[in-house]
Amino acid sequence: MDSRLTSFLPRRLALGAAALSLLAASVFSQVALADEANTTGLAVTDTTVTVGQLHSATGTMAISETGAIQAERLAIDQINASGGILGRQIKVIQEDGASDWPTFAEKAKKLLESDKVATVFGCWTSASRKAVLPIFEKDNGLLYYPTFYEGLEQSKNVIYTGQEATQQILASLDWIAKEKGAKTFYLLGSDYIWPRTSMKIARKHIENVLHGTVVGEEYYPLGNTQFGSLTNKIKLKKPDVVFAAVVGGSNVAFYKQLKAAGITSDKQTLLTLSVTEDEMLGIGGENMKGFYSSMKYFQTLDNPNNKKFVEEFKAKYGKDSVIGDVTQAGYLGPWLWKAAVEKAGSFDVDKVVAASPGIELTTAPEGYVKVHENHHLWSKARIAEIQADGTFKVVHESELIEPNPFPKGYQ
Amino acid sequence: MEWLSDFGAIAVMQGFNGLSVFCVLLLMALGLAIIFGQMGVINMAHGEFLTVGAYTTYVISSLTLHYVPAMQPYYFFFAIVASFFIAGALGWLVEWAMISKLYHRPLDTLLATWGLSLVMQQAFRSIFGAREVGAEMPEWIMGSWAPTAAVDIPKNGLFVMGLTFLCTATIFLMLYRSRWGLQVRATMQNRVMSRAVGINTKKVDRMTFALGCGVAGVAGAAFTTIGSTGPTAGSLYIVDTFLTVVFGGAASLVGTIASAFTIAQAQSIMEFFLSGSMAKVLTLSAVILILMLRPQGLFSIKVRK
Repeated sequence: MDSRLTSFLPRRLALGAAALSLLAASVFSQVALADEANTTGLAVTDTTVTVGQLHSATGTMAISETGAIQAERLAIDQINASGGILGRQIKVIQEDGASDWPTFAEKAKKLLESDKVATVFGCWTSASRKAVLPIFEKDNGLLYYPTFYEGLEQSKNVIYTGQEATQQILASLDWIAKEKGAKTFYLLGSDYIWPRTSMKIARKHIENVLHGTVVGEEYYPLGNTQFGSLTNKIKLKKPDVVFAAVVGGSNVAFYKQLKAAGITSDKQTLLTLSVTEDEMLGIGGENMKGFYSSMKYFQTLDNPNNKKFVEEFKAKYGKDSVIGDVTQAGYLGPWLWKAAVEKAGSFDVDKVVAASPGIELTTAPEGYVKVHENHHLWSKARIAEIQADGTFKVVHESELIEPNPFPKGYQ
Repeated sequence: MEWLSDFGAIAVMQGFNGLSVFCVLLLMALGLAIIFGQMGVINMAHGEFLTVGAYTTYVISSLTLHYVPAMQPYYFFFAIVASFFIAGALGWLVEWAMISKLYHRPLDTLLATWGLSLVMQQAFRSIFGAREVGAEMPEWIMGSWAPTAAVDIPKNGLFVMGLTFLCTATIFLMLYRSRWGLQVRATMQNRVMSRAVGINTKKVDRMTFALGCGVAGVAGAAFTTIGSTGPTAGSLYIVDTFLTVVFGGAASLVGTIASAFTIAQAQSIMEFFLSGSMAKVLTLSAVILILMLRPQGLFSIKVRK
């Protein structure tokens, strides 16, 4: 046997033993420190609690998810600065879902099973949420999900901080029908689950409640950039309202081509479900001037909470940064979690979930939100008119709307 | 009667739409027709060279707006030229560093250029941020031209159309009327023999690849008038681009034009009578069917093998 190897062996054994004892010590210390605030072995020590952040920092969806990542970080930093949660500072493990749904699932598994995070703030698309959902349910994790989405889902392990479809759609359709006397509607969107479900709800509401007519309904592939035929069809059908849910890169092409085809707000009313401040950067205000957008939050909201939030966000991420609807919803996540943990007096997922319904946030930038038994938020619907400089002027604000992810008569 | 004139106006606009889609397809495919068609290199990063052009336009538009706002109406012409040279120079570099080592290994080229496309996308994201940006357009290119009350012809469509004709004509002249074009075609048909008669095939390859990338850059600049500029904008076009070139017959420029025209018209007409997604499905199915019956594409050059 090589002499170098023989001398090496005992050293390696010693190293291994040292590592083992360290490991044992850390396990032991965790067990020893687990008080009533943590009975399920989460990554909680006397001074820290570890949470996960799971968004796409790379790939197609990075465009949209960046805002949410930043807002969640801001909220966590603020909570830490004000003393943390139950006396513990929040530590963040950020994972990159890379706009790829299996990657999301894999990273969720890592966060929950090896990192033992107390909660996760994450996901953006419905596809990524559906991919991680079985893992959160199996491992009994907790996810705060920030995007407005199609509804038809409710999980014990998810708190939905964005609006579900009926909250975003029904109030805005009512408003446009009343304000513009609209009777005929042209529905269009990108071809995937969220626009299709939203338009299905919109069609039922238009036909059964508003007694109007849908004169066209169609979907274009994600990433489509040629809308010439569509603009001609809109001109032929002359609808009172174009109701649009086009997303991603298509969005920019769609509005540029509407303008190029002479379809502007002085001739055509348009209401969209998918344009926030983030999208506006790419589209440009001059291409959407006078059109309407339906969201629960706009950066221009005039209330003290929001003024403070916008100021702090810009101080951290630069004065040119913008805040869209989902960014604000992302900001709510850590605060809602803090409130629920403090109410429960524990980080245990079951106790936090049980404490969540009824949690109120009076400091929310959007004004006021409350968690419903169905894990969605009570929130207001707002309509804003888009200005030439790309800002949003709020023209209508509804009452607080009860979340209803499984609307009867709309499925 | 009003209905009839309405219908006429829509028909005119729809006809224009078909032509406009044709020009967009052709402009995208031109660069690839040179690289894939003439050189046989499968360049998966072609879309990213398009994005280089788009970002160049964005940067120049921002700089103009910031330093010489008076030049804003005219910056676009300068941006197109700059896009051509920047994308071209980058292409030259890529050919020198990567592609030239991989001739005769088409599968490796495919993988390498695909990797390159990922690297470039992430580079755009790091430099310009993940969010999409819009180049400030000069006023004369926005909006529509209305010859009658009911007809609106998009000005950006007219512009892209003009640019496409200019590019196509130039490339035609270069390939079929210049000494360089002769060398390119000779190299493509028989590399060994070309080298034997004294053509520097390495130089020809490098120039051809750079030209193809440069044309992609021009297309990217033009597309800022109709679409978005984001890190992954190029990948939106890559499938359609390959489709057009392969359907036309890889080695034929005329084939590329014919194929762009056929696909655009089919797409445009079906979009009008069916829906967007359906039109795409039917167009793709038809192309696959035709390629099954005629694998060499619409046009092919007859060579004795």
